[in-house]
Amino acid sequence: MGEVAGRAGRGRHSSLTVVLLEFLGSMNLAITLLVAVAIASVIGTVLQQDQPYSDYVLQFGPFWFHVFRQLGLYDVYSAGWFLFIMAFLMVSTSVCVYRNGPGMLREIRQFRLRVQAKSLRLMRHHTERESAVDAAGVGARATRLLRNYGYRVRTADHGDHQVLAGMKGGANRLGYLLTHIGIVVILVGGLIDSKLPLQIALALGDLKVETRDIPASQVPPSSRLGPGTLSFRGNVNIPEGQTADIVFLQVKDGYLVQQLPFSLTVKKFSVKHYITGQPSDFRSQVVLHDPRNDKTIDSTIRVNHPLVYDGYEIYQASFGDGGSKLDFKLWPLNGGKPLVSHGSVFGKYELNTSTGKRRLEFGDFRMFNIDQVPGADGKTKPRNLGPSVTFKLRDPQGVAKQYMNYFVPQTINGQLYYLSGVRNSPSEPYRFLHIPAGPHGGIQRFMRFVGALHDTALLRRVAEQTSASALKAADMHDPAVRTRIRESMVRLLQQFANGGYNAVFEDVQKRVPAAHRQAAGEAFLKVLNAALEGVYIDLLKRDGITRPTQQDWVWFQNAVPALSVLPFYGSPFFLQLTDFKQIQAAGLQVTHHPGTIVVYAGAGMLVLGVFLLFFLAHRRVWVRIEPRDDGGSTVLFAGTSNRNVMDFERQFAQLEERLFARLDKPGDGSS
Amino acid sequence: MSVPHDVMEDLENPSFLQRLTAVDWAWALLVLVGAVVAYLRFRAGMGVYQEAILAGAAVTLVALGWYWRPMQAFSVVVAALSLSAIALYGDSYASAHRDPLLAWLLSSPAAIAWSCGLFLAATLAYLTGLSARGDGFSERALRWGSRLTWAAATLGFVALMVRWRESYLFGPAAAQIPISDLFDVFVLFNVVTALLYLYFETRYRQRALGGLALLIVSAAALFTFYLMFEFHGARIGPVNPELRSYWIKIHVPALFIGYGSFAIGAMVGAAYLLRLRAERLRPAGRVARRLPDFETLDDVMYRYNALGFAFLTLGTILGALWAEQAWGAYWSWDPKETEALVVWLNYAAWLHMRYTKGWRGKPMALWAIIGLLLTTAGFIGVDVFLPGLHSFGKL
Repeated sequence: MGEVAGRAGRGRHSSLTVVLLEFLGSMNLAITLLVAVAIASVIGTVLQQDQPYSDYVLQFGPFWFHVFRQLGLYDVYSAGWFLFIMAFLMVSTSVCVYRNGPGMLREIRQFRLRVQAKSLRLMRHHTERESAVDAAGVGARATRLLRNYGYRVRTADHGDHQVLAGMKGGANRLGYLLTHIGIVVILVGGLIDSKLPLQIALALGDLKVETRDIPASQVPPSSRLGPGTLSFRGNVNIPEGQTADIVFLQVKDGYLVQQLPFSLTVKKFSVKHYITGQPSDFRSQVVLHDPRNDKTIDSTIRVNHPLVYDGYEIYQASFGDGGSKLDFKLWPLNGGKPLVSHGSVFGKYELNTSTGKRRLEFGDFRMFNIDQVPGADGKTKPRNLGPSVTFKLRDPQGVAKQYMNYFVPQTINGQLYYLSGVRNSPSEPYRFLHIPAGPHGGIQRFMRFVGALHDTALLRRVAEQTSASALKAADMHDPAVRTRIRESMVRLLQQFANGGYNAVFEDVQKRVPAAHRQAAGEAFLKVLNAALEGVYIDLLKRDGITRPTQQDWVWFQNAVPALSVLPFYGSPFFLQLTDFKQIQAAGLQVTHHPGTIVVYAGAGMLVLGVFLLFFLAHRRVWVRIEPRDDGGSTVLFAGTSNRNVMDFERQFAQLEERLFARLDKPGDGSS
Repeated sequence: MSVPHDVMEDLENPSFLQRLTAVDWAWALLVLVGAVVAYLRFRAGMGVYQEAILAGAAVTLVALGWYWRPMQAFSVVVAALSLSAIALYGDSYASAHRDPLLAWLLSSPAAIAWSCGLFLAATLAYLTGLSARGDGFSERALRWGSRLTWAAATLGFVALMVRWRESYLFGPAAAQIPISDLFDVFVLFNVVTALLYLYFETRYRQRALGGLALLIVSAAALFTFYLMFEFHGARIGPVNPELRSYWIKIHVPALFIGYGSFAIGAMVGAAYLLRLRAERLRPAGRVARRLPDFETLDDVMYRYNALGFAFLTLGTILGALWAEQAWGAYWSWDPKETEALVVWLNYAAWLHMRYTKGWRGKPMALWAIIGLLLTTAGFIGVDVFLPGLHSFGKL
């Protein structure tokens, strides 16, 4: 401070500099900045960062959404004001080092041999004693003692008195320098790796965030970055067998395309699983090709084992489908012949079937579906349900339903079922259609049953036979009654085929007075079941089965509920996956952070500095010896420590005791 | 110079190594043998970093035992109990149900329950000792507090060691050093904080702070019980593959030395406030008399906060190195990282105020307590309530 005041006299310009330095280097500013960063960080923690904007609108409403967006609260750490505070903190710390650094270095070097007796007496630890030993003897003893305790000792003869100064732990002052310079270095490194240049380019309009979902090749140059970008972190999904030389940078509500100086080909991607079904390891076999020097590197990238090349790091980040090839059959839900077709994941297809038009959009293919099933011993056990495919069916109005179909039939309570989940939006759980598998696990029998229910002529024939045998049993022969019964049977079956049990009940509600509904409902159900049985027996007969087995009847009991909910399946056909060829995609993350090494250097300085600062104390002691006329001397012993004063107090007391142990009485050998 | 001979006598100050006794050297040898045996046994599964960590751990343990002798006996007892438990287990995780000694004492859930229970008992003993009327009784109660704390810390450490082995017996998916979920780290917090406190107790020969210091451990022990009974925290299960890294062995312990130090720093601050109040109400009262003097309290509070700050810095930087390797970014502004930064900034401000403005006493004591609240928020709050990269401790 004294030095600063001394400079202030040199003129207006320097006084302004001094005031500025004073302000920037002041502790109050530093603390204010620390608190500001802390508050900003709390905001960034409590408010989830980098979410889709639509989520924020829902959360805060349109007004606050805009206010918060203006404040940059959705990406606090890239916000201008936050970077400004960080820069300010960096300047403040630098000024602090600039102002205190030279003093600290002097502290390490200087032993303060010119110290005044007055100032020694002001020290907390000091003692003044008379000794019978002469100045040289006291000096020699003190020097030896202090050296034995690890002090560096310097002496000075000021004529009428000698001063002996000892010092220890001066590196503590280095701790101050290392911590503060370390912080500045870390901030510089962080700034190099920050999105700041990107932010500036976006703010100036040199770059535009792309928000459309279009192929990378169609992204305009205004959203592309050349390979010279200072630092970035981007992701790319590469299907097996394909090559990419770009990554996508996530920015605000869109992305930018970053050109890489090399290309990456994924040869193979594999996932290993634990027995519990959780993935244990992901591996991507990649080939990196650098056209600049025509270098090619083969490597396997795993979690925690990135590929490092020329300052770029390539990580295994995620995985997904890379457009698996799918073969499938579309069974029209009116009994027509299935349409055999093929496609691939992410593909979109216009389908025109006999039962309706739909746009088919494949979403994902999964090889493994691990489900936790409760086992006999109470513990859950993993079970693999096998491959599945998810897709959307969009009707001509554009409304889509989502489906998830398993490739193989699943065993439930000992019976095999084809499972197909359906839902209206991703937030809902799937509701599953259970189609019982017929003999040899096929789906044909069910589809033919569905077809039979949509064949009016067939229904009439079956109804005729069923009603005939029923009337015969009741010994009734009126043809008018027979026709009425037959027609109502056909009507019931058709209602059931087009609206399930619900349609039948609704019809009962409409036509029968409340008092008779219960009885009528039960009678209708009996007739309906008899008719369904008739249709089923007819179906079996055409297959050559005249005596249905127990198993055939179990199938029937499982098929009827599925038939009843079929009208609510929401699709005019059933998609059966018949074959597939899985193609996986490796999700790779490429980072280029040249500031990392700078940050590490700063972090090393910081850690070293912190430990020097707290576990080393800068201790100084002085022995001022004034010879007396009688050959003895007056000894002033004093000391200070800038840390851990209580420890020093103990040591000072010990030093004092040992120093004066042989000095208080006249030395025996001196006379 | 003609300096009389005897003036130069009696000035020797033996160095640290010269002051070591035969027991100290035996200790070093024992640790060395242990490390070599561990190395030979597990060499196949170790990489160069694991080897470096083993060597570093051995050196640290030797140094710790030399610097603080009670650590020697403590480690030997922990090792003996852990090895017996491991021997009792044999090759089967199911031994925990068959062997009564494992079932009731040495299997990790049992040992953790005992450890937590003993911490609660120790706190009661310490608090009784602080407030008891008679000085003799007070002395005895404090002594018991001390013994119980040692026992609790021993069992807690044994539990962690045994749990490590249990995770390997359980299956390859679970095999992991047990410092990777919320339950495990609470056990770690208990034992680390208790040891940090015991260091103070033996160095300063003061037991009156025990009640306050262990109060925080008791709170953590109760939370451990809560996790155990409400969430089956003691159950061993598959580990997140992201955590399978040698980094966890240095990142987590460094941070928990930090957290433990802050906890004790705050409780010493609380002792400071307690003594202030006690002196105002009854200047010559028991509590005021038994607690250490203000200067000691202030100094001890500073030391623990400084220690905590140093280890928080170290742990956070180790975490940054790990993150760079695992996630490709040394800093992601993930809630946990940010919270660590907030805690770091808070203690940086605290230490600056002490050094440059010379703040002492009551405001610093209050601030230390606030610091602990912030730390707790970072440690539990973020883990449980905010999603992020560090969400390994979900309930």
